[in-house]
Amino acid sequence: MNKQDLSGLIMADPRYSEACRSCMNCGVCTAICPASGYYDYDPRVIVNLVRESDEETLTDMLSSDLIWYCGQCMSCKPRCPRGNIPGVLIQILRAVSINTGLFVHSALGRQQLAIKRSIGHNILETGYCVHPTRVDPETHPEQGPVWAWMSNNADQVYGRFDKGYDKAGPGLLRKISPEALGDLDRIFEVTGCKKLWNTIETESEKHI
Amino acid sequence: MKKYWKDYQKDIAEDNYFYVRSCIRQNFFPGAENLFIDILRNKLGKVVFEDADHTTCTGIGYHTDIVPLETTMTVVARQFALMKEKGFKNLVVSCVTSFGLYSEILDLWKHQPELKKKIAGYLVEATGRIFDEPGNMVHASDILYKYRHEIAAIAKHKLVDKETGEPLKIVDHIGCHYAKTFPERGVGGSEFPQVLTGLINAWGGSTVDYPERRHCCGFGFRNYLVQANRGYSISQSKIKLESMQPYEPDLIVANCPGCAMFLDRWQYTLEETEGSVYGPNDRKIPVVTHEELAGLVLGYDPWEIGLQTHQVPVEEMLDKIGIEYDPDLKYADRQGNLIGNPEMINQQVC
Repeated sequence: MNKQDLSGLIMADPRYSEACRSCMNCGVCTAICPASGYYDYDPRVIVNLVRESDEETLTDMLSSDLIWYCGQCMSCKPRCPRGNIPGVLIQILRAVSINTGLFVHSALGRQQLAIKRSIGHNILETGYCVHPTRVDPETHPEQGPVWAWMSNNADQVYGRFDKGYDKAGPGLLRKISPEALGDLDRIFEVTGCKKLWNTIETESEKHI
Repeated sequence: MKKYWKDYQKDIAEDNYFYVRSCIRQNFFPGAENLFIDILRNKLGKVVFEDADHTTCTGIGYHTDIVPLETTMTVVARQFALMKEKGFKNLVVSCVTSFGLYSEILDLWKHQPELKKKIAGYLVEATGRIFDEPGNMVHASDILYKYRHEIAAIAKHKLVDKETGEPLKIVDHIGCHYAKTFPERGVGGSEFPQVLTGLINAWGGSTVDYPERRHCCGFGFRNYLVQANRGYSISQSKIKLESMQPYEPDLIVANCPGCAMFLDRWQYTLEETEGSVYGPNDRKIPVVTHEELAGLVLGYDPWEIGLQTHQVPVEEMLDKIGIEYDPDLKYADRQGNLIGNPEMINQQVC
């Protein structure tokens, strides 16, 4: 990794010009940020570190837990007096961290493997990010007994609201057609998502 | 003031809607979307089209950083292509994460037309489809806001206490990705949220303003989806619930399916783990979506629109308004046969 790579990769993202303009260090983003109230996290500092463009500092940041705390609520956006969006800047930093393999040096970054294997696979296998058959009450005790009832009796519960549940045609949780799933699969190939997933798998494997 | 307020209005198409569903809403509020379609078609006389081939927008994958920007853009472009193929121009989005994402994509394409051209190339290469941007793009709650007075005119119930005649005290929770990502695309923006208070006020209720009204529900994407991180999520909901508690709300209404789910489910978890409840009289606060609120005032059967799929029981709220229901059909299937009761632990059983 040469000295300019990380800063260049960050600024090459199409979202950068919208996310990072002219910070005046007021700290409103940190004041409004839900993650700042829960973690030792300060989006104002992250904006500063990115704007400094020091490669050693960026390497450390992209290898750390710091970039994985944000909850992506975007509460920072409407309050920033300079029109910055620290939440979008975080998305850019995470993308660069994954693409460069730095994410595996962070415990929170390594969670990307589990997310890829759950949400990612849900998308290509079912056409939905979330599906009743894949939200297991055993691993989601916070969902409570009503969810367990829904999940364990899915055909009857969902079928009450739509006869088309899990069947071809429009309607509630319809079965997504093989043609539509094929479209998704080719889009994921052509646009580089499968390459990203391969990076997540191989870099995680190397770290283990 | 009038001139200032105009900045917080938005153009909402009158008819001929292309409807795209929400992953989260279908999973956790399975009656809500068919209810919305029924209200539009059979109460308001509108044309609503749903394409069986539309899919997830990938929004949860995008905000958990496992789906890259250009992949998400191309999937969204495919939804636009389906709309074009069916001859529609007015997009209605059920999910708030999707709505924010569509808004972000349209904004990026506006400022970077070369990016839109690149995505169009990807879409043709992957699917052979071509797309146009929507002529009008709104969230489903915007449609109910637009027709709130028409709904009030045919409503069977008002959001009032049938015994006292007092308006119900209702908390509105606007999804962050409805109001904060592009405030100009939400009615009232993030500072003066009107889309749900408009419904509440038009249908007889009163709105509760409270200090943490604009705080995130706590979904936090990877902060909920990874089990080890869920402390973040429940902590944010707790901030909101503690803040609204002194105002003794009868009901919470949310236009984001994730927010409605978390504000409902985390009340259960907080009671189980801490013994804390946040409604009046040591009860939990029922949570409904905008479609369900409309369905209740219009006189739909609570169990046919899915209120039994909420963790917090709704019966006391229904009784307060005077909405009739058959307790024996709450946990029944389509034919009226009892499926079996959820295993309630330490619940306020009605």
